[in-house]
Amino acid sequence: MDNLILINIVYVIAAALFIFGLKLLGNPATARKGNMLSGLAMLVAIIVTLMDQNIVSYGWIMVSILAGSAVGVYVSKKVEMTGMPELVSLFNGVGGLASAAVAIAAMVASELSSGIASISVIALIIGSVTFSGSLVAWGKLSERVSGKPIVFNQQAIANYGLIAATILFSSLYVLNPSSLFFIVVVIVLALAIGVMVVLPIGGADMPVVISLLNSYSGLAACAAGFALENNLLIVAGALVGASGIILTNIMCKAMNRSLINVLTSGFQEVVTNEIVVEGEIKPISAEDAFYVFEAAQSILVIPGYGMAVAQAQHAMKELQELLEKNDAEVVYGIHPVAGRMPGHMNVLLAEADVSYDLLLEMDEVNPRMENFDIAIVIGANDVVNPAARELEGSPIYGMPVINADLAKNVFVIKRSMSSGFAGVDNPLFFKDNTRMIFGDAKEVINNIVRQFND
Amino acid sequence: MIAIYLLFILMLAIFLGFELIQKVPATLHTPLMSGANAISGITILAAIVLAGNDSGTAATVLGVIAVFCATVNVVGGYLVTDRMLAMFKKK
Repeated sequence: MDNLILINIVYVIAAALFIFGLKLLGNPATARKGNMLSGLAMLVAIIVTLMDQNIVSYGWIMVSILAGSAVGVYVSKKVEMTGMPELVSLFNGVGGLASAAVAIAAMVASELSSGIASISVIALIIGSVTFSGSLVAWGKLSERVSGKPIVFNQQAIANYGLIAATILFSSLYVLNPSSLFFIVVVIVLALAIGVMVVLPIGGADMPVVISLLNSYSGLAACAAGFALENNLLIVAGALVGASGIILTNIMCKAMNRSLINVLTSGFQEVVTNEIVVEGEIKPISAEDAFYVFEAAQSILVIPGYGMAVAQAQHAMKELQELLEKNDAEVVYGIHPVAGRMPGHMNVLLAEADVSYDLLLEMDEVNPRMENFDIAIVIGANDVVNPAARELEGSPIYGMPVINADLAKNVFVIKRSMSSGFAGVDNPLFFKDNTRMIFGDAKEVINNIVRQFND
Repeated sequence: MIAIYLLFILMLAIFLGFELIQKVPATLHTPLMSGANAISGITILAAIVLAGNDSGTAATVLGVIAVFCATVNVVGGYLVTDRMLAMFKKK
């Protein structure tokens, strides 16, 4: 009994450390310390849990902790910053799998009361959906699965059927908590739901999906905490769940869409867009663009997923230094959904050693857009599309965008002429003050850098 | 009664979570997500107890799998978050 009290006292301390750690994570200057505090909380919680009197053998626990740590260390050292969305997806997935396995273990360990059985089956479902959904998201991000929405006939009906079947078999399990068969059916159904929910979602909507799965991984832990009556699981799981929900909400707002709309967009018929954007494309070579850069006093860089694909962040940092030497001001304008996960661009630019106080949010750059001599768009499309502001009837009308077209000069670095993910033409490309620089983002920027050096 | 008391904790934790996370600036969203993800590996506590107590081979095997997965989640999550945060510098 004494051990149990000690364990719970340490859990209270750990919860406080998690909370304080998250608080420190809210400021770039203290964030690293916050993460370490949170890690410390996890460490003391694990150590004190090992003192639980119900534990009779330590052999396999130690083996799996050592093996898991080795994998964790290896992966975290080896991953490239551009591979971060994939890694976060995978980690969401293993977190979900762990919670699902805990729920199943609790189910087979003893016959549960109907209350505990219900909450266990909920933990199992959330954990399994998180696991399979994250694997599909990972496949899409690493392009092992097509990034395009994958849809088939009657998909919506199939999904409702799956959900109804899951509820049915979950209820049957709760009524017969000793039935292994019902557990297996629920696992299979939940895994199928995870796959079916993520498959119809396109690449540009990935920030929403990753945030949502992040939230689920916390909620799964939270539900497991209810099943095993563990306070710390509930508190930590709820914190993660809340964090994921807030990020999901921010991402949806940044696209002017509801969560339901994002999750079902794959099913809806593509809106045929009658509005044809017409105009003349005015290409310019990197060499000619250089003269404009040389004369510019203030430059706004707007990165998008294309910058990540081309790995152009280091070249951009080099150009930034040359421009600053030339007495120009360079800042970055970052749209919340630029890239494939929340904060994707910020991490890439931090990797390239760009100071974080130069990374401005959309609301900070838009009011002063007219004062920028140059807005340079690197591999972004929908997030700078003025149709969102001026073309009523466009599918992205109403979405908050960075108003690049209002800058004095706009350069758009783009591989070729194609519309963005939303399938919408971008009137920005036809504006009088816009020049297109066609080519690979990294090569184009390196080209401008070379002109500066000559 | 225990269920009510656990719900009470849940309710407070959710409100606290919303308050804490709302203040995180956009620039830190990726580290926030991976750091929060590492915290979700808290399931390891339940996994350890299930892997260690003697309630049948099936429960032990599942517990061991859960310990392994949660450890990958926790160790990998914290280390990669730290790696990212070390890059956020102000000049």
